[in-house]
Amino acid sequence: MHDVVGTVDRWLGEGKRVALATVVKAWGSAPRPLGSKMVISSAGEMVGSVSGGCVEGAVFDKAREVIENGEPQLLRFGVTNDEAWAVGLSCGGQIEVFVERLDKAAGGADDA
Amino acid sequence: MREALYRQLTDCLESRQLAALATVVEGPGTGNQLLIWPGGQTLGDLGAPRLNQRAAIYGEQVIPIFSSGRKTFQVDSETVDVFFEVLAPPPKLVVVGAVHVAIALVELARQLGFETIVIDPRGVFATEDRFDAADRLIKSWPDEALDEVGLDESTYLVLLSHDLKIDLPALRKSLRSSVRYVGALGSNKTHQKRVDALREDGFSDEELTRIHAPIGLDLGGRRAEEIALSIIAQIVAVQHGATG
Repeated sequence: MHDVVGTVDRWLGEGKRVALATVVKAWGSAPRPLGSKMVISSAGEMVGSVSGGCVEGAVFDKAREVIENGEPQLLRFGVTNDEAWAVGLSCGGQIEVFVERLDKAAGGADDA
Repeated sequence: MREALYRQLTDCLESRQLAALATVVEGPGTGNQLLIWPGGQTLGDLGAPRLNQRAAIYGEQVIPIFSSGRKTFQVDSETVDVFFEVLAPPPKLVVVGAVHVAIALVELARQLGFETIVIDPRGVFATEDRFDAADRLIKSWPDEALDEVGLDESTYLVLLSHDLKIDLPALRKSLRSSVRYVGALGSNKTHQKRVDALREDGFSDEELTRIHAPIGLDLGGRRAEEIALSIIAQIVAVQHGATG
């Protein structure tokens, strides 16, 4: 978490909305440890990683949706999943990535 | 994640306080979160009081072992999947002895995301020219300096001076602290002298075996950069609970 905090704080300061993506399950030769984070901004920026570059594109697309609708999503990628092949988790591992929006303080006035 | 929770979480990281973040990732209340501190204090709500209680108990177990992971709970005949992320502060490397190996070690450690602090009372070694890559350079005796920098669960201490008058004050401070790693450079003979002196000071065998000596994984290299690599490799192994 600490590796993305600086980026998130900066984005919030710039008035952007932010989604956090976290590796919450990993089997086999999954390349990143549990808790690994990628953060995505409403301006289309992305920092951090949840795999060896295999699924970041798909996570990025879902994160844009989550930023819009606020509904957290659990994404599964793995060899048994056709979609996973499409995005190329070529290491043969399987991972689950939880994507959530960082919601502004209640009332929406606090933009800091 | 609510911003108030995020603020608490960043405060924990900044003040180097351990905590765990529990998040419902599947089941009723997906997205609900609870921040758990050692000692059982919590902030947030997973959706049911009994779930909060059980998550707090589980969180307290995983915090000291830095073990992030997933746990399934059955609450009121519902299945809830919760991810526990241990919020570990950024790792901190403290090097006592501003010798040549320390320069290479600081550079490698920075690449691996460590905050780096170098301590040496000898002004001729501890110069900004030699250590421009270090986050902090402290020109004082290690016993004073270590009080100032703090030795916590995310701190890794490396002694490179192989000079008893510098090593011993640092070891006395560290062996009864919660520091995650202590390694000391030097021959077996040098280390025996350290052990003998510390035993006289009343340190137990168990405390003395915390010291990694000879320091580093056995890579066979003798150049400063190679020794630095063997030390940082050992630290990475300790970080991840591997045998190295």
